[in-house]
Amino acid sequence: MILLALIVVLFLGGVLAWLSEALDPKFPRFVALIAVLIDLLLMLSLLGADAEDAGWIVQLNAEWMPRFGIFFHLAADGLSILMMVLTAFLGVIAIASAWDEITERTGFFYFNLLWALAGIIGVFTALDLFLFFFFWEVMLIPMYFIIAIWGHENKNYAAMKFFIFTQISGMLMLVSILVLVYLHYVQFGSFSFAYLDLLEVNTSGAIEMWVMLGFFIAFSTKLPSVPFHSWLPDAHSQAPTAGSVLLAGVLLKTGAYGLIRFAVPFFPEASMQFAPFAMTLAVISILYCAKLAFAQTDVKRLIAYTSVSHMGFVLLGIYAWNEQALQGAVMTMLAHGLSAAALFMLAGGLQHRIHTRDMEHMGGFWAKVPRLSFVALFFSVAALGMPGLGNFVGEFLALLGAFQANIGLTVAAAFGLIFASVYSLWVIQKVFHGAYRNSDFDDARLHDLSRREMFYFGAMMIGLIWMGMYPQSFLDLSSVPLVDLLSHTEQLLSAGSGEP
Amino acid sequence: MITSFNDLLPIMPLLIVTATSVVLMLMIGIRRSYITTGFIAITGLLLATLVAASMMSWTNQQLTPLLIIDQYSLLFTVIVCASAMVLAILSFPYFFELGDEKEEYLLLLVVATIGAIVMVSSNHFISTVLGLETLSMSLYGMVAYPLHVEKSAKFPLEASVKYLVLSATASGFILFGMALIYAQTGTLSFSSLTALSVTGLGDAYTIVALLLLVSGMMFKLSLAPFHMWTPDVYEGAPLPATAYLATVAKMAMFVVLLRFIETSEALNFDAILIVFTLIAVASMLAGNLLALLQDNLKRILAYSSIAHMGYLLLALIAGHYVVGTIAIEAISFYLIAYVIMSLGAFAVASVISSSEKEFDSIEEYQGLFWRNPWLASAFIAMLLSLAGIPLTVGFIGKFYIFLGGVEASLWVLLAVLVLGSGIGLYYYLRIIYRLFMPAEQEQPYRIAGAEAVSSYAVLAILVFLLLLFGIYPAPIMSIVAMASVTF
Repeated sequence: MILLALIVVLFLGGVLAWLSEALDPKFPRFVALIAVLIDLLLMLSLLGADAEDAGWIVQLNAEWMPRFGIFFHLAADGLSILMMVLTAFLGVIAIASAWDEITERTGFFYFNLLWALAGIIGVFTALDLFLFFFFWEVMLIPMYFIIAIWGHENKNYAAMKFFIFTQISGMLMLVSILVLVYLHYVQFGSFSFAYLDLLEVNTSGAIEMWVMLGFFIAFSTKLPSVPFHSWLPDAHSQAPTAGSVLLAGVLLKTGAYGLIRFAVPFFPEASMQFAPFAMTLAVISILYCAKLAFAQTDVKRLIAYTSVSHMGFVLLGIYAWNEQALQGAVMTMLAHGLSAAALFMLAGGLQHRIHTRDMEHMGGFWAKVPRLSFVALFFSVAALGMPGLGNFVGEFLALLGAFQANIGLTVAAAFGLIFASVYSLWVIQKVFHGAYRNSDFDDARLHDLSRREMFYFGAMMIGLIWMGMYPQSFLDLSSVPLVDLLSHTEQLLSAGSGEP
Repeated sequence: MITSFNDLLPIMPLLIVTATSVVLMLMIGIRRSYITTGFIAITGLLLATLVAASMMSWTNQQLTPLLIIDQYSLLFTVIVCASAMVLAILSFPYFFELGDEKEEYLLLLVVATIGAIVMVSSNHFISTVLGLETLSMSLYGMVAYPLHVEKSAKFPLEASVKYLVLSATASGFILFGMALIYAQTGTLSFSSLTALSVTGLGDAYTIVALLLLVSGMMFKLSLAPFHMWTPDVYEGAPLPATAYLATVAKMAMFVVLLRFIETSEALNFDAILIVFTLIAVASMLAGNLLALLQDNLKRILAYSSIAHMGYLLLALIAGHYVVGTIAIEAISFYLIAYVIMSLGAFAVASVISSSEKEFDSIEEYQGLFWRNPWLASAFIAMLLSLAGIPLTVGFIGKFYIFLGGVEASLWVLLAVLVLGSGIGLYYYLRIIYRLFMPAEQEQPYRIAGAEAVSSYAVLAILVFLLLLFGIYPAPIMSIVAMASVTF
């Protein structure tokens, strides 16, 4: 029931936030904050609980569409809970970052924000493929509205591109899901969309690779990975800060989550055959997007490309498919969620202050806004993989695991760490050091971080340091489900190779 | 043969609607009153809906060779009558201020509904033609209705003549095809053609007959390449007539097509199968691509309906390959979804339009969300449903089509479906984006008077159904499954 409550609280909170605007335009943000905090508390109450049934800490299963064997099945294991906590935490941060920035149509804004969060939490907990797809799409529409209504100068284009990319790839996934369901129908004589039933489907054969690709394209569009990444810089640069926080922080992670939970376990053989290609794509993402990031002058576009680059490590880790690599992927997801969200908030904060995202107009800010500059330095250093912070643990583990799978590609991927240092420090150098430039904007508006901003940046810093210093508390949670998935695929692979 | 009163029971809905039309005609002859006319028409259609719905559980029989009253035809009788009632309610305020005699519009609407009911219950060429012509003849009048009104800026005459000429040609094709098939089989009932072509005049002959018949039907469904009339007629006709054409008329025609194809096993001929596949591909692509260029809401909906008919055709083709009723269920569910969302989209346009001023350019909807959030939300729900986004009935409909396509392994058609839906998103989102843009000038929308309350109520019901069938479709799924089994 607690899982249903998580989603219902957000849906209802969204409606309430919208309605409360009629009373006072300041109310919606309080309503939204309360709803997300309730969710966060509910999730934390799950952390202490023990796994009860085959690794699932909590679950809910109700009949939905019996005609096709579709159930309303929500369940959470350690992996889901980590992702959900990240979602709710960044939800609070997103609301905080929108607190003063969004002044128009506040009710509808927080409605969309909460509904997007509800969809994301649904994605992380759905154990019925139909339900999963349902939430997968439900989280897109509010995100579309957030970009299209509260975005910047070129919002229509960006929102449309985001929606069409994810929707088309989503439909490919729907076809793949249906093929899987149909195979289940052929092999077992009944329709079922249940995750655990579909894991039993014998997918080997010529069609397996195509069906796997349907999932892969959908997830790697969301991740995103080269060559499906081109929506991301547009969406990020046009979205309002809270939208960027959600996009970079959690929406991208749904793609990685989908790969870990669905794409590889459903099709172990095809995935193993495809792994070298996927890892090559990952390496291209890491290096090519790092190069692209270096060429940007728009701060938000720059951070967007670094996101693609960092998510490359996640993709690399997933297709290495061993425990270290997967743990690394999960850690990178968590750490990147915080660091990228923080960087987008800094960029958004700067834009809010000086009304430009163009780095050509910035320089020497350290003298003027020391706190903001320090925070920026901290998160840049975190993003480039400084030991002691979360990103390092994630990327290091991912590389360590990938090294066992494919040495050449891992060596190439490791150069990404160097490139990350180059572009991160270059940005710091350009924006915060050197002579102060204020010719292009109103000087008086460039004020330092307020106490509220310091508070939430501080919370994210603590998160990253915790991940960097004591990652075991996160690794423990995710190891049980990851080991389960690994042993499941190994079983299938050995069964497959055992046959003549 | 009809020998006793009991034999008349299965066609009660048809009789009720017919009686309504007779009463209306007499009423108008004695004393004109728009309000009474509207009341009688709506009540009659409501009664027919309820009676048909109550009969669904126990009626299943062939009544004379002409009409088959089974769960399937009753399901669609219910939907036809309910949609006609919705359209009557929407037409009522629309024509309220028409400076001309307006009672006959509702009479035409009821007569057209008789035709539609006959069509969904028909498994015989004679009843098909009778129903089709009753429907089409009334539609010519409905399309041209505001002809004498000076203020009406649209082109009802052009639309009506275009529709009349082309539709009559298509009817000619259908009749010629039927004649050729009759020469082959010796019966006017729908019957299997595959066995006969061996003993008869041969495959080529049957294929020609089928092509003639089917292309006439596809004209009425506005499938590409028989779609050229659609946008012009949609644009020129008054909104409620366009809505009738788009929903009831197409649905009735598709039910006939489905019954004919299933009974005659026409898809066993490879040539016919190829033609159907090509037409489905052409419709999905042409409909979605051509809609990209439009700025007129009615034209966009016209092109989008071409695409939707293409999706339905995909399911029809899937029915040839799959064992079981999944394809028929897919078609039935999608038709229901299509009717709900199209009615809803037209309802939004018609509650703010009147016969004097139609709001059919998407520019005129700019900023609607900030001025009338409820109406705009309803519109967004309809558009997202047309685009096939979850939470709406359109998604479940598309899910059915995808499932049918996967089971039949129609990979090429599915790829086109994905592509077409992706293109389609663009023009639906374009409209939605307009709704959210800041309003530039205050559009003088019609201030909803007392007579429009019922229109808003109908719209609310449509939104409710759209969400209900989108979120909890299990009940309607089982109804559709039950009806499809008796097919």
